[in-house]
Amino acid sequence: MFRFISSRLLQAIPVLLVVITATFFLVRAAPGGPFSAEKAVPPEVIKALEAQYKLDQPVWQQYLSYLNDLVHGEFGPSFRYPGRTVNELIVGGLPITAELALYAMLVAIIIGVSAGVFSALKPNTPQDYLPMSAAMIGICMPSFLMGPLLVLIFGIWLEWLPVSGWGDLPGDKILPAITLGSGYAAFLARLSRGGMLEVMSQDYIRTARAKGLPEWVVVLKHGLRGGLIPVVAFLGPAFAGLLSGSFVVETIFQIPGLGRFYVQAAFNRDYTMILGTTVFFATLIILFNLLSDIIAVWINPKLRHQIQGGR
Amino acid sequence: MEPVAVIADSEQAEKGTSLWKDAWIRLRKNTLALFGLGTIVFFCIIALLTPFIAPYGYEEQNLLLGAAPPSVEHWLGTDIFGRDMLTRIMYGSRVSLMVGFIATGVALMIGVLWGTIAGYAGGRVDAVMMRLVDILYALPFMIFIVLLMVVFGRNILLLFLAIGAVEWLTMARIVRGQVLSLRRQEFIEAAVSLGLSRWTIIRRHLIPNTLGPVIVYTTLTIPSVMLLEAFLSFLGLGIQPPQSSWGLLISYGVETMEEYPWLLLFPGLALSITLFALNFLGDGLRDALDVRSSKD
Repeated sequence: MFRFISSRLLQAIPVLLVVITATFFLVRAAPGGPFSAEKAVPPEVIKALEAQYKLDQPVWQQYLSYLNDLVHGEFGPSFRYPGRTVNELIVGGLPITAELALYAMLVAIIIGVSAGVFSALKPNTPQDYLPMSAAMIGICMPSFLMGPLLVLIFGIWLEWLPVSGWGDLPGDKILPAITLGSGYAAFLARLSRGGMLEVMSQDYIRTARAKGLPEWVVVLKHGLRGGLIPVVAFLGPAFAGLLSGSFVVETIFQIPGLGRFYVQAAFNRDYTMILGTTVFFATLIILFNLLSDIIAVWINPKLRHQIQGGR
Repeated sequence: MEPVAVIADSEQAEKGTSLWKDAWIRLRKNTLALFGLGTIVFFCIIALLTPFIAPYGYEEQNLLLGAAPPSVEHWLGTDIFGRDMLTRIMYGSRVSLMVGFIATGVALMIGVLWGTIAGYAGGRVDAVMMRLVDILYALPFMIFIVLLMVVFGRNILLLFLAIGAVEWLTMARIVRGQVLSLRRQEFIEAAVSLGLSRWTIIRRHLIPNTLGPVIVYTTLTIPSVMLLEAFLSFLGLGIQPPQSSWGLLISYGVETMEEYPWLLLFPGLALSITLFALNFLGDGLRDALDVRSSKD
C-alpha cells in the first residue's frame, strides 16, 4: 500500500510539471504584451514595470524563477491589479469555493446514491424507472440552465429563497449547492445503480441471504461495500468537475469564490492571475484524482490484492 | 492457442455476419432510443434547411414589437430587439450541432487511430502511447480550454480543435482494448499469413471490428461536447456574436429572465431535448451493440 501511494505520488510530479510548463509558455505566447493596453506610458515606466515583473529577463530565466517561486508557494503578483497577488486571491476565494463544492458533493452523494440503490433493489419496475428518468433529466440539464431556472422558480416566482449571494441571507446557500450538485447526483445515481445491480447478483450476496440475514443488512452491509466502488472511483473526477462547474454557479449566484475570480481574470486577460490559478486548480485536481485512486484501492479487496501480489 | 478459445472465436465469427442486423432489431424494440434517433434526425434536417425555411431573417428586427411572448406570428416569441426566437434558435442549432459533430469527429479520428496503433503495435510502443494518454487524462482540461480561448482569442476553429483534443482520450482507450483482444484472433493471423501489410490489416480488419463500441461512445460524446460548447458560450468564452449558439442564447435569456422568461426557456428546451435524445440513443445503442450484455 505504501509503495502504491508513493509511486502514484511520484507519477503526479511529471504531470504537474507538464501542466506548469504548458501553462507558462501558453500564457507567454499570448498575443499582446501585458502592458500593451495602457496607452502613452513613458518608456521608463514600462521598463520599470517589466523589471518589476521580471519580463526583461530571457524566457527560460523567467520560467526557472517562476518554478522557484512555486516551490516556495508563491504564485506571483497580478498584472492588472498592482499590489494584489494570486496568493491573496486564493486565500480569499478558496474557502468559499470549497464550502460550495462540499455542500454540492453532499447533495450529490445523499440524493444520488440513495436513488441509485433504491432503483437497483427492484430493477425494471416503476421503482427503477422513476428515479432513473429523473436522473436522465439531471444529466441532460446543464448547470447554467438549472441554476437560472431554480432562481426563476424558487427565488423570483415563489420568493422562497434568496436569488444570489453567499452567507448574507439565510438560505442563500441552498440553491447554489443544489444547482452544482444535481448533475452529479444524477450521474452518481446511475453509477450506484449499475454497481449495486452487479453486486446483488453475486454469490456472496446469496450466501448472506442464505445465512438468514435481514434484507437491509444484506443491502447496506454487504451490497453497498461492493456496489459503491464505481462511485468512489468517480469522486475524484467529480471534484474536478465541481471546481469547473463552480465557474458557472459562482457567476450565476454572484458568489465571491475562486471560480468567479478565474472567469474574471480570463476576461481581464490578467495573465499572471490565470497562470497562477490554473496551476493551483491543476494541482488540486491531480491531488484529488490521486486521493480517489487510493481510496478505490483501499476499499476494493480485489484491487488491493492485485497491488500487493503482482508488480 | 487453446482449443476452447478457438471454439469461442469461430462462434463469434459466425455471429459477426448478423451482428448489425441483430443490433438493429434490438434497437427497434427500444422506443426511447428510436425517439432519440428520430429527434436527432429531425433537428439535423431543420438545421440544414434553416436558411430556406426559417420564418424570419436572422437579424430581422422589429423594434416596435420588442420582446413579445409567443403568438401566432412568432411561435416562440421575440427577443428585446423584436427578433423572432424560433429563427434564432434554428440558426443557433446549426452552430451547436456543428460543434457537436465536428469536434466529436476530430476526437473520433485521433482516438481510433491512436488506440488501434497502440493496441496493434503492442510492447513498448503501446506502453509509451498509453502512458501519454494517462498523463493527459490527469490534466484539468476544462481549465485548459478556458485558458486556450483566452490566450488565442475566441475562434470557432480553435474551439473545435480544443474540444476534440480533450475528448479523444477515452476513445483511444476503448479502441486499444478492443484491438488487443482482436489481434489474437484467427482472422488477423490469416490476414498476416496472406501477406497483407500492417496498414491494410489495421484499416480493413481491425478498425471495422472496433466499430460497435466506437459508435456507442461517439453517440455519448456528442452531447458532452455540445454541453462543453454551451458552457463556454455561456461564460462568454465560446461562440461570439453575431454568430449564435444555444449556449449563447441561454446566456442572453438569463439576463432578462425575470421579465421575459421565454427567452430562457425555449433555447434551454432545445438544448435539453437534444441532449436527452442523444443520451437515449447512446444508451439504446449500447444495449443493442454490447456483446457482453446480449450474451445473457
